[in-house]
Amino acid sequence: MMAKELVAIFLAAILTENYVLNKFLGICPFLGVSKKVNTAVGMSAAVTFVMVLATAVTWPIYTYILLPNGLGYLQTIVFILIIAALVQLVETVLKKYMPPLYNSLGIYLPLITTNCAVLGVTMLVLEKGAADPSFGYLQSLVNSFGAGIGFLVAMVLFAGVRERMESCDIPQSLKGLPITLVAASLVAVSFLGFNGLVEGLLG
Amino acid sequence: MAEKKSLWNEFSKGILKENPVLCLVLGTCPTLAVTTAASNAIGMGIAATLVLVCSNAVISALRRVIPDKVRIPAYITIIAGFVTIVQMLVKAYAPSIDESLGIYLPLIVVNCIILGRAEMYASKNSVLPSILDGLGMGVGFTAALLLMGIIREFFGAGSLFGVPVTAGMIDPVIIFILPPGGFFVFGMLIALANRLTRKKKAPAELGCSGCPLQANCSKIKEGEGCEK
Repeated sequence: MMAKELVAIFLAAILTENYVLNKFLGICPFLGVSKKVNTAVGMSAAVTFVMVLATAVTWPIYTYILLPNGLGYLQTIVFILIIAALVQLVETVLKKYMPPLYNSLGIYLPLITTNCAVLGVTMLVLEKGAADPSFGYLQSLVNSFGAGIGFLVAMVLFAGVRERMESCDIPQSLKGLPITLVAASLVAVSFLGFNGLVEGLLG
Repeated sequence: MAEKKSLWNEFSKGILKENPVLCLVLGTCPTLAVTTAASNAIGMGIAATLVLVCSNAVISALRRVIPDKVRIPAYITIIAGFVTIVQMLVKAYAPSIDESLGIYLPLIVVNCIILGRAEMYASKNSVLPSILDGLGMGVGFTAALLLMGIIREFFGAGSLFGVPVTAGMIDPVIIFILPPGGFFVFGMLIALANRLTRKKKAPAELGCSGCPLQANCSKIKEGEGCEK
């Protein structure tokens, strides 16, 4: 029962509640770093890692420190500082102990502090938890992981679309960003098709 | 007189010439997310403008005190403080807007327009021009959001500011208020802005030049170039 619920949360976070295409979080890296598949993968891996880590830290801090003391309104300021500190910490630790991993992910880390998807996911899982008490720590972590993987799926798909677009003949005014946005719109249409899929499969 | 004119320029450049959304292409996340209705767009615009003006004022007043190395965390803390204040004000006086903006209200913290203006302008200029710069950018942001909101609400729901316009006559094209419609309308608006300004300057690119993290990001882009 538990496992089924977690799989449903995971799939929903990837497909029906995709953070980029459905909630518009993390649009800057989605448009900026998706020209090549391998940079898209590197960026998304770093985002997923920080998302899970940030949820793992902010969830207990909010539930056990801020909320009981009536400090819920400090959520925004505390979370952004925690995320900034975490990103810095991860960067330092990776640099010292895991240089190969640092070389592949390190370059993306400083960009993640101001990625709204990371701050967004830590707040959205708490919102879900407030609406439904059975949505606890484990569910929140699975949701964050799913959100990261959803980011990866959207980035990689979109990088593929953009690589094909390179050779197309595009009207002058639409060149560059506008056609990229129109392509993103079409990718988002395809994700609309997943609506109701998770409930249908596992409900 | 010349003094007055340059202050006016600080204000007005944000509205058309350097519009943060359509020309600098910053703050794309809220632009796409909250523009499903014109009233949401105004709420978001006003909230962001308040934060922008206050944080610009404080950051420019403290620009000689904040050490260069920790400036980004310092800016983020200042911005987060003002966002919290705005959040509490909106919750108290406009609960319906708080409900429809939801998560995107606290996410003003990571809106790159605000951090971008802090880094590009407020950290280098004195208080009064910084306030005007923030105000101009805020008005430009609100205007662009409003334009998107009106287009999407009109086609997607057949209403304007919640008042039905074409509701009985034409079936609304719902996709305009769904996520794909956001990407599409935004793309078309930038194309239009490109078309109108084409003779004068290069077309809009993603707002990397206005982004405080440009140095890091362009490293990645250079990597992309090398692999080709």
